[in-house]
Amino acid sequence: MKKPAIVLYVAVTIALMIWGFYQAIYVAPTDAMQGELFRIIFYHVPSASVAFLFFAISLAGSICYLAFRHNRPDWAQISDAWALAGAEVGVVFCTVVLTTGPLWGRRAWGIWWTWDWRLTTTLVLWLIYVSYLLLRRFAAGPQMQTLAAVLGIFGALDVPIVYMSNRWFRTQHPAPVFGGSEGSGMDPSMVHPFLWNMLAWLAWGILILGIRYHVERQHQKIAASEAQEALDA
Amino acid sequence: MPRALWTHLVKDLRIELRSLDAFVSMLFFSLLVVVLFSIAFDPHGDFSRDIAGGVLSVATMFASVSALNQAWAREIRHNVIDAQRMAPTPGAELYLAKVIANFLFVTVVQVILAPFFLIFYNLHIEGQAWLLAIVLPLGTWALVGNGIFFAALSIRTRNRELLLSLILFPIFIPALLAMVRATTSILTGDGDPTLWIKLLLGYDIIFTTVSLLLFDVVFHAE
Repeated sequence: MKKPAIVLYVAVTIALMIWGFYQAIYVAPTDAMQGELFRIIFYHVPSASVAFLFFAISLAGSICYLAFRHNRPDWAQISDAWALAGAEVGVVFCTVVLTTGPLWGRRAWGIWWTWDWRLTTTLVLWLIYVSYLLLRRFAAGPQMQTLAAVLGIFGALDVPIVYMSNRWFRTQHPAPVFGGSEGSGMDPSMVHPFLWNMLAWLAWGILILGIRYHVERQHQKIAASEAQEALDA
Repeated sequence: MPRALWTHLVKDLRIELRSLDAFVSMLFFSLLVVVLFSIAFDPHGDFSRDIAGGVLSVATMFASVSALNQAWAREIRHNVIDAQRMAPTPGAELYLAKVIANFLFVTVVQVILAPFFLIFYNLHIEGQAWLLAIVLPLGTWALVGNGIFFAALSIRTRNRELLLSLILFPIFIPALLAMVRATTSILTGDGDPTLWIKLLLGYDIIFTTVSLLLFDVVFHAE
């Protein structure tokens, strides 16, 4: 029952990715202002959305871990696996955002990078979750999960503050680069390819997230059985 | 003032008064950073006013990391930290005592450093100088409050001294930005620092509250 469902999901995801690619490259019309360059939006924006979604999953996992760690150890382990998977896959998608962004910016604005509030927030978010992953690497033993959960909550708390502070920063000194190129809406002929790509990348992200979660659960089970063996011996 | 908090605070202050470890290393380190920056950037005139706020904040940040690392590491000897864990007093009081003690150390360093800073960077303050007496303590509190928390978090990890910087600096970024913007606008006299002071205040309130709530979780993590 479980296996056919997974196979079906993988097949649907691959089909969606192919369909999304076809839509992005062949169906969507060339942009009037930016030409072919704008097609990067079909990869940049979905990756950003998926990254933010997965960081939210990581935060939820961290909170659930702290809530369950005394009463429901098995639930706590599941939450921790979600927290780790969300952070790790989120960092990968965030890296894609931070790579495609400058590539786009170089051609569209003439510069690779600007300390605009969106860019800065994304970069700081990336830094925070990389430090979260580093903590998980450096801390050992069962306490690591608790420490990581606390840091996960701290990191998530920081994000709105970074966002606000950078908005104020840029509201006081308007960035010349962003002169109305944002929020100008999208032509209806581009909306469909865009939504298909959102769906395809979301399906793809969830697939990777599921695999990472599964691997982490296997790790936990092996660690638990090893600990049990050590106790029995 | 709660008794446990007072006891911890007096103990930390007494140790520091007798050894002056954290104080001397911080003072010398921040002095070095100020000198190195002024050699690297050759500050003069308006330019020195523009960068001075950033240099002061970053110097404080780097220097205080050495004190923050010592804050818990010195409790490991003779297993003091285990005794603190077993003590039937709330961990929040211990945390707050450590924050207040280290806040005082960093503040004293800043006060001593200030004249050197003014001399090396040829500063004369164009804005309202008394606002610095609000901005710097708020920024220092943000740094030390989070720093003590994360030092407790990283105390039982490998590479703990490095790890503290790695997890503290990303979280400190908004407070650093606010501190630098506010200081710069006071030094140069253009722009209104009020917004940044409010941001610092909000940051301090949010993170101190969360640290107080979560400190026991971290301190007793096993």
